[in-house]
Amino acid sequence: MSRALALVVSGALALAALAAWPLASAIAQDTLPPAPYAYTQLEDPALEAKANALMHTLRCLKCQSQSIADSDAPMAGDMRHQVRSRILAGDSPDEVRAWLIERYGDYVSYSPEVSQTTWPLFVVPVLLVLAALFVLLRRLGRGRSDKIVSESSLP
Amino acid sequence: MSTAETRSGLRLWLWVPLALFAFFAGLAGYMLTQEKPEFVKSTMVGKPLPEFTLEPAFDGLPGASSSDFEGGKPRLLNIWASWCLPCIAEAPQLEALKEQGVEIIGIAIRDRPEDVARFLERHGNPYTRIGADAISAVQLELGSSGVPETFVIGADGTIRYQHIGDIRPEHIALLKAELEKAQ
Repeated sequence: MSRALALVVSGALALAALAAWPLASAIAQDTLPPAPYAYTQLEDPALEAKANALMHTLRCLKCQSQSIADSDAPMAGDMRHQVRSRILAGDSPDEVRAWLIERYGDYVSYSPEVSQTTWPLFVVPVLLVLAALFVLLRRLGRGRSDKIVSESSLP
Repeated sequence: MSTAETRSGLRLWLWVPLALFAFFAGLAGYMLTQEKPEFVKSTMVGKPLPEFTLEPAFDGLPGASSSDFEGGKPRLLNIWASWCLPCIAEAPQLEALKEQGVEIIGIAIRDRPEDVARFLERHGNPYTRIGADAISAVQLELGSSGVPETFVIGADGTIRYQHIGDIRPEHIALLKAELEKAQ
């Protein structure tokens, strides 16, 4: 009985330690408060909407499978601060995006853009759909003529 | 054309989608075994150092600005933080570079003065100046995406080389060569 209790207690402790672990490591990372505009929206709703739309198209550099709008990494917060403060200062979303691409290359763009290296991404699907349509139309056409043939061959 | 011939032609064509599927599945499997580029390289290498001015990161040393890289010789710009573990690993290498006469200017990312002071006390101080970048603003200007990173800034004020990650003993010669080239 007491052994079972000890098992339960140690299990609970292990779970608690697991739950606390990411918290502890986050604290070990850095202790400064986030940048002013990391988690604070711009006061002007129109500007905030612009900044927010842009943030969804920029890749977090630390957590590369997330946009900076979705990430809680400190660096993503700092990038959101840059985006919001630049939009507030009157930059257009395209200018802010260009500023980042100048520094990190296409990689920082989370929405793929047509460029020298990415054009096959856009062309190949169109070609595949065209090829599929071609095959489909040919088969449909043949099906109809087969039918006519079989009907005409009826006695 | 006989029906038998069309049939066999058709049957051959039916294998194409399967072959395509096998090709893409194989490609995906192969790519999964390949190493993923974990770091994003700066595209600022070859461009002039962006202008910046940073307050001192602690009482002991002056702050850093882009004008500190002007004048006659190549320097290292080391991006680090007291909370960054690999920065402890690279401290001896920075010390060695300093002893070989290399000027190292630091930028401390999201750091507190007392933590910077404690880190330098514990692991040595290879810097002539350290600027405090509390919101990674200069780090983003440089196209750097983590700590530690080290840039070679040429005598003419252009960014010549980016070293991503901690400097290990085997990297010292490489950095010295890059500094030499940046004269």
